[in-house]
Amino acid sequence: MMDKVLLAGFGGQGVMFIGKIFAVSGMIADLNVCWIPSYGPEMRGGTANCSVILSDEEIHSPVIDQADGGIVLNQPSYEKFLGRIKPGGVLVINSSIVNLNKIRDDIKIIKVPATEIANELGNSSIANMVCLGALLPHLNLTDYEKVKKAIYEVVGEKKPELLELNLNAIKKGMEH
Amino acid sequence: MSNRVLMKGNEIIGEAAIRAGCKLFFGYPITPSTEIIEYLAKNLPKAGGTVLQAEDEIGAINMCYGAACTGTRVMTASSSPGISLKQEGISYCAAAELPVVLVNVNRTGPGLGGLGPTQSDYFQSTKGGGHGDYRLIVLAPSKAQELYDFTLEAFDLAEKYRNPVLILTDGFLGQMMEPVELKEKPTSPEVDKSWVVDGARGREKRIIASYSLTNEIGEANNLRWEAKFNGIKEKEQRWEEFYADDAEYLLVSYGTTGRISKSVVLNARKKGIKLGLIRPITLWPFPEKAFIPYKNKIKGIVTVELNTGQMIEDVKLAMDCCVPIYLYRRQGGMLPTETEILEFLEKQFKLSTEEV
Amino acid sequence: MQKVFGRPKGLTEVAFSFCPGCTHGIIMRLVGEVLEELEIIEDTIGVSPVGCAGFCQDFFSCDFVGAAHGRAQAVGTGIKRALPDRIVFTYQGDGDIAAIGTQHAIHTAARGEKITSIMVNNAIYGMTGGQMAPTTLEGMKTSTSPYGRDLVINGYPLDLPKTIATLDGVKYVASVSVDSPKNILQAKKAIKKAFQVQQAGLGFALVSVLSTCPTNWGLSPVDSLKWLRENMMPVYEMGELKVAEEVKNL
Repeated sequence: MMDKVLLAGFGGQGVMFIGKIFAVSGMIADLNVCWIPSYGPEMRGGTANCSVILSDEEIHSPVIDQADGGIVLNQPSYEKFLGRIKPGGVLVINSSIVNLNKIRDDIKIIKVPATEIANELGNSSIANMVCLGALLPHLNLTDYEKVKKAIYEVVGEKKPELLELNLNAIKKGMEH
Repeated sequence: MSNRVLMKGNEIIGEAAIRAGCKLFFGYPITPSTEIIEYLAKNLPKAGGTVLQAEDEIGAINMCYGAACTGTRVMTASSSPGISLKQEGISYCAAAELPVVLVNVNRTGPGLGGLGPTQSDYFQSTKGGGHGDYRLIVLAPSKAQELYDFTLEAFDLAEKYRNPVLILTDGFLGQMMEPVELKEKPTSPEVDKSWVVDGARGREKRIIASYSLTNEIGEANNLRWEAKFNGIKEKEQRWEEFYADDAEYLLVSYGTTGRISKSVVLNARKKGIKLGLIRPITLWPFPEKAFIPYKNKIKGIVTVELNTGQMIEDVKLAMDCCVPIYLYRRQGGMLPTETEILEFLEKQFKLSTEEV
Repeated sequence: MQKVFGRPKGLTEVAFSFCPGCTHGIIMRLVGEVLEELEIIEDTIGVSPVGCAGFCQDFFSCDFVGAAHGRAQAVGTGIKRALPDRIVFTYQGDGDIAAIGTQHAIHTAARGEKITSIMVNNAIYGMTGGQMAPTTLEGMKTSTSPYGRDLVINGYPLDLPKTIATLDGVKYVASVSVDSPKNILQAKKAIKKAFQVQQAGLGFALVSVLSTCPTNWGLSPVDSLKWLRENMMPVYEMGELKVAEEVKNL
């Protein structure tokens, strides 16, 4: 079984970070994991994206052509990655800032006003975590408990106030 | 699995170098190899070593040359344009028979190129690269664990044969995070160090140099190096076979495309196409031996490469061109998908699904 | 019978192969004497360049590494970083250190690399048969400046030691000559100090020695010395160009 996930947004929206959380949650579950960032000048300005594969068998091709799930946090990412979700797959959209000018009816589109929810929670920079929460129930190999452990591992004990905030954001996202 | 950690490819190379006993790293930053020097700058001093950021790539390789003359384990890493700048020094290292470990995180070219993954430096890596008749031992990892294992082993191989060893990877493998088991390094075999220069204390002076104005000595040197390279060719060819035993068609591919090709093989088998893979692990020596059993057995080959068709020449030689051999390639930083590779194979060999 | 003059232990028995009247032999002898007097022959690793100076690997009795053209100081850096308690020196011609290897000359000095460099400046490429060097004087005829060095086309000669002396990592720079017994003694003092700077672990030291090339200058050995005095010494700043505070106490 495999989860192939694409994540995209503006640089600074925490795209790489949620990718890493997914990857670490896979490590915790003793799965095979592959995390690939866009890198170099691509990282500075414009869109940032990364892909994550979780698998209970060996991951041969690390290249995701058609993903099982995706998160797009801004308009350019939406336009770029809408076609990259396989039929029957799931795409989570930050509907606070993405205008759904194109649509597909062969995939499940989850609209989450993530920026607004993040603001309500008191920190605009956790829209990424809200979207992570929205995608989570649609993945096979990871879940809230594993992601919670991953956040503890990545964020660590240095910023305990951030742990709770992140977890609340994920829970809010899961309601969508 | 206690030692299983999630690390970036470039950082894995750095960690393996430290665990291999590398004491000196000389380098110059260049994307997409830079995490190697960054990781080592942070961690090598803790292991009693030194990272020196040189004035340029040429300085870095010549510092490696000097350090290797003392018998100290030393490494440098760069990406394609930087490796081009190092070629003079690499030729000198080969001539002076110095155990230097080199890493090329291949980016696109020619010229400055881009940062995406390619295999466009295959010729440069395997046919010498710099001036003169020499070869590098070239290892081509395709996943995190191999980045670690091959880097560890590169230092032993370099010392065993007193020859530079190149780890040829690409920007994709360098930036990718995968789990890696940080295995303990096996004890390195004892090697002769009676050639090093470390001050002539109670012994005759030694000279390490590659200069010979006497043609007879020059030829004798060439013959000696050739004998060494022939020995390496005999003993060190490495490759992986994947569903090759009963295959009617073979993919040949290394590194990033080598692993993508495994998925292609699995997809083809699901469709009833008897496809297998030979994945070269040593690019020099090229694993010619791998092809011998398949010469009169298979119907055709597709090499999958990230260049204009470089390794395909070695595949044709290894197969004596006895079956059709085609190239499927992407370039400029693009990667092929499983689907497009299989479609190409089906088209070239007219394998419509109706036939199955 | 007491022996009052002989071959310094810093040199091997191999006979110098330089052209008649070339002062490379004097300079190598001075370095050989210094290695012996400081009792560092067995602790020293020399780095030879490409060019006439490259033959030095056979003449000195210490361990030696032959470098690519211009790379001696980078190679020396690698050796010194691997073996910080050994003495490392480079012996390079002006073309090697001041043209093709300039980036290493500047940065080895700027890093304060604890090595010693001897630069032999004869204002010409000797081994390749008399081509223009970075140090070739204005108007001087060489096979690649057959009408004389034209400043408009070829630019000015480079006084590398003067440049190096401005860098912070550098502890000692001297520009000397071996055209007369008096100057030979001064040159030896400078070379000795440059090695003592390294022994004390202070930083980088450079000694530039003006040298003759009778063959490629097309002059007799005696006329070459005269030419050096009259033409090179006024262009290249002579004497100790930098003596750091801590070096004065050596």
